[in-house]
Amino acid sequence: MTATRRAILQGALAATAMAMQPAFAGAQAYPQAGAPAARRIPSTGEAIPPVGLGTWITFNVGDDDELRDECAAVMDAFFRAGGGMIDSSPMYGSAQQVVGYGLRKLGQPKGLISADKVWISSGSRGPSQIEESRSLWGVPRFDLLQVHNLLSWEEHLKTLFAMKAAGRLRYVGITTSEGRRHDLLETIMASQPLDFVQLTYNIVDREVEERILPLAANRGIGVIVNRPFQQGVLLRRLSGQPLPAWAGDIGVSSWAQVVLKFIISHPAVTVAIPATSQVAHVRENMAAMSGPMPDAAMRRRMAEHVRAL
Amino acid sequence: MPEWWTYSAEDFLLFSPRAYWRLIERHNEALWPAQVLALLLGIAILWFLLRPRPWSHRLIAGSLAILWGWVAWSFLWERYATINWAAVYMAPLFALQAVLLASVGGRLRWSFDRSVRGMVGPGSVGLGLFLYALVLHPLTASLMGRPMRGAEVFGIMPDPTAIATVGLVLMAAGRWSWLLLVIPLLWCFAGWLTLYGMGAAESWVLLAAAGAGAALAVLPVARRQDSD
Repeated sequence: MTATRRAILQGALAATAMAMQPAFAGAQAYPQAGAPAARRIPSTGEAIPPVGLGTWITFNVGDDDELRDECAAVMDAFFRAGGGMIDSSPMYGSAQQVVGYGLRKLGQPKGLISADKVWISSGSRGPSQIEESRSLWGVPRFDLLQVHNLLSWEEHLKTLFAMKAAGRLRYVGITTSEGRRHDLLETIMASQPLDFVQLTYNIVDREVEERILPLAANRGIGVIVNRPFQQGVLLRRLSGQPLPAWAGDIGVSSWAQVVLKFIISHPAVTVAIPATSQVAHVRENMAAMSGPMPDAAMRRRMAEHVRAL
Repeated sequence: MPEWWTYSAEDFLLFSPRAYWRLIERHNEALWPAQVLALLLGIAILWFLLRPRPWSHRLIAGSLAILWGWVAWSFLWERYATINWAAVYMAPLFALQAVLLASVGGRLRWSFDRSVRGMVGPGSVGLGLFLYALVLHPLTASLMGRPMRGAEVFGIMPDPTAIATVGLVLMAAGRWSWLLLVIPLLWCFAGWLTLYGMGAAESWVLLAAAGAGAALAVLPVARRQDSD
């Protein structure tokens, strides 16, 4: 029953993404209001659900069996709702192990798009770290590997591009967070054949709209958005405020969905990866993929409303 | 680290408060009833501080060395490292502190010297810190609404062990005693960063212990005559 529902959701997402291919290839036009929010990876056209799952802090639970099972339940809810990308890093403590535990418990869900990072100052030790990460996940290969926080990016990108050329990796990316090192990020985006860039973007942290997101669109680089809720700070700030009247127009029932819909409705954004340790929250996040998407005018209205609060 | 000024204490936190507090609870459950033995050892140390014997100085230094080594292995290496990769680097520092206590510490006089007077003198502050670590710190879990099985006990957990050691070294007399303060003070600062990042009110006790220890170790008014 579960597999059937998941297959139906994945099929629907793929079909929707196929239908939207011309719109995203242009990357300047916003999705039409009312259109489902499926996305395609610019470099290949592969369909991808626009809400993924981050693991920073939330999945670093060590060998605590109770908390590991809670993380596995979050992953289960994520895949049942049609989720695809799970993102982790060697920097995240035991998160990779816990993801691997969840994947084994769930029988290696076929919808998984595995995204991890290389995070080590020594370029020569990158391959061994990647292999250890792969072993912890328990996957035959990663779909996406990213250079974490641009650490030793030149050496690691050589490794990742070589892995991709050899068919041992599907996508290559780089990451940053909280608006750091955007000058270097731009330089790398302009000069390297990246598939993805990961950065922080949300309804109040919008600096990347000026240069980075247009550059990603022009270069055909997919954008993964981390820290969409400012690690919970944004949602705590908004939690005391009533949902605005226009919330119904975009089919949202919570501030989390407002924030996520704002992010994934940007035409250059491929996937947002909120992290959570609660099943109710992952369901709420995944629901942001469905229903009407805000158009450019509504996005301006949303940002102005939140800024005024 | 590039643009280091853009980082906050929260940016260094790798885990949730719930994962951290549960880690302590699970550690306590795994070690029970070692907490009782550690508490008795702490009471014995207190007794010999107040009623020193010719051999009690080495006994206190040796006991502390064992406890630091124990915390390094049992908590930092075996437990904390599962959610904080930095613990792998902290554990050797705790082991080094154990070595220092066994070597340098064995030559100090560990006692509450009534001649090091004053309510804000190193003796009184040191005794206060030790008593806090031994008696009050384990109660902070309950005071903060967490279960008692999450109590942080001297000799079992690093925070009270470091606070108690700062207090004991402030009371100790002898050459190079300051050397025994460095690692406990570093830990107090690191512990403050961790707890502050989690929004835990008890973080300030660690910062206060570090501040008091550092101030009394370096301020001229706190300098004591070596009795060696």
